[in-house]
Amino acid sequence: MGLENIVTIILLYYLHKNAKAANVSQEWRKYIWFGFLLAIFLLLFGSTGVIPSLLTSALSIALIGGVAYLVLNYDEFQNTKPLFIAVIPLIAVSVVGDLIEAIDKSFYKKVDMIFDVASFFAFIWAIVMYFTYRKQRRIREAERLVAIEREREFEITQKIKAQLEKDVEERTVALTRQKEELENTLAELRATQSQLIHAEKMASLGELTAGIAHEIQNPLNFVNNFAEVSSELVEEMQQELEKGDLEEVKYIFEDLKVNLEKINHHGKRADGIVKGMLQHSRNSQSQKELTDINALADEFLRLSYHGLRAKDKTFNANFLTDLDPSLPKIEIVPQDIGRVFLNLINNAFYACNEKSKLLRNSGKNVDYKPEVTVSTQLGDNELEINISDNGSGIPESIREKIFQPFFTTKPTGQGTGLGLSLSYDIVKAHGGALEVESENEKGTIFKIRLPISKKSP
Amino acid sequence: MKILIVDDEKDVETLFRQKFRKEIRKGDISLEFAFSGDEALQILSSEDPPKFVYVFSDINMPGMTGLELLDKIKAKFPEINVSMISAYGDKENYEKAIQSGAKEFFTKPIDFDSLKEEINKLTNL
Repeated sequence: MGLENIVTIILLYYLHKNAKAANVSQEWRKYIWFGFLLAIFLLLFGSTGVIPSLLTSALSIALIGGVAYLVLNYDEFQNTKPLFIAVIPLIAVSVVGDLIEAIDKSFYKKVDMIFDVASFFAFIWAIVMYFTYRKQRRIREAERLVAIEREREFEITQKIKAQLEKDVEERTVALTRQKEELENTLAELRATQSQLIHAEKMASLGELTAGIAHEIQNPLNFVNNFAEVSSELVEEMQQELEKGDLEEVKYIFEDLKVNLEKINHHGKRADGIVKGMLQHSRNSQSQKELTDINALADEFLRLSYHGLRAKDKTFNANFLTDLDPSLPKIEIVPQDIGRVFLNLINNAFYACNEKSKLLRNSGKNVDYKPEVTVSTQLGDNELEINISDNGSGIPESIREKIFQPFFTTKPTGQGTGLGLSLSYDIVKAHGGALEVESENEKGTIFKIRLPISKKSP
Repeated sequence: MKILIVDDEKDVETLFRQKFRKEIRKGDISLEFAFSGDEALQILSSEDPPKFVYVFSDINMPGMTGLELLDKIKAKFPEINVSMISAYGDKENYEKAIQSGAKEFFTKPIDFDSLKEEINKLTNL
């Protein structure tokens, strides 16, 4: 009988083969290898009779028992278990046969047939199981490969994910930095804008100064002159009193009364101009107050005219007013609307002046009278202020752009390009509208419409 | 002697009439006033030949300036004396006025003593 040993060899061969995959320790592999050699030795010499058959049988049974113990009890050898199950009947038949043979040889001879048949069925079982095992093994192998592939894919995905996370983080940092930069730029732009608005205010104040100087000089001259002439009159009155010419004294007395009124009037006039100038230069938020639009328009028309006149000796233009006396006072910020008037009137005078310069330089002897008109009228719950000139008009190509900030037709350094843009904003802030009508070679009209607020009487 | 004073500030009339009260009472001079260049030309043209001997004109006026008025008076009535009175006593204005035939150039605030002296020069002739 050598069936046990053949089975042992096969089992140990597979154990050895599977050992690599199942991560079996070096020591176990040594034992497996030793058992393998022992099984071959027993197979070769068992039937020769060199070793007593009883010993051979005992060793064979011990060896297969040891292998069976290993396979059933150690996790490392799990993968050989199905194969072991396949050969269990073979082992059982062989071991039982060997035992019976060793105990009673004659009885064994009698039941020899049964063992042969049992061996045959056990063998067929073993073959069937073997093929089943091989098939399963292949499936498992395939599954293993798939699992390895999955593992690899997972690792690649993980790597990509990590890279993505890194990229996202870098991008987030970059975006945050950009956002901060943009915010800083925006803050700087805001600061620059308010500086520009202030600069424009100051620039228009500069334009005003000459006009203001002239406007103040005139009333001051009158104050001085009337004061002087009054003291002369007082002396004369004294002389007339001594002479007894009471008629003349009365006459002088009337003059003195008039003069005191004149001094008062012109003093107030100068005072008003200084106050207006201070208001104009103030940078703080301004309060709305009930304002006489006619008076404001008239004041700024004069300031503009005298300012330009003082700056440019060759400048001259006629200015007219057509003010509707029925206008109610309205709630506005006077210095803001004053700036709008100043900007628009300055532009109007500028346009006229440019046209007369052009005509003069072309040598044509055209009878051109530059003229700026400020008119007001009462509309439907609104006031309309028209500032018109008879200049060259605004070319259609730039009419769209004139309210854009920094757009100017004046030579560099002469205009900030903010006048109309700010005027537009100021009128808008008052709930009104600023529109322009222009005709080539005929002139331009700027129309300001301001609502009459319900609060105003 | 008739004198025309041209200025867009109306109170100039009150001032001048008081300053020259004595002269006017004595009948040495008579004053007339115009408040724009156009009005001045109208007044001067209303009589032929005009009785005015002297015109004092402001330079800064809306519409026709004093310098334009000076040119026109000198072209039409070369015998009338014209002097300028301006708040802007700069060289440019001064030279232009003198070149155009202005007799004198006074700056504001007006020094009435020198103005009287100037007028007396003519009345004493």
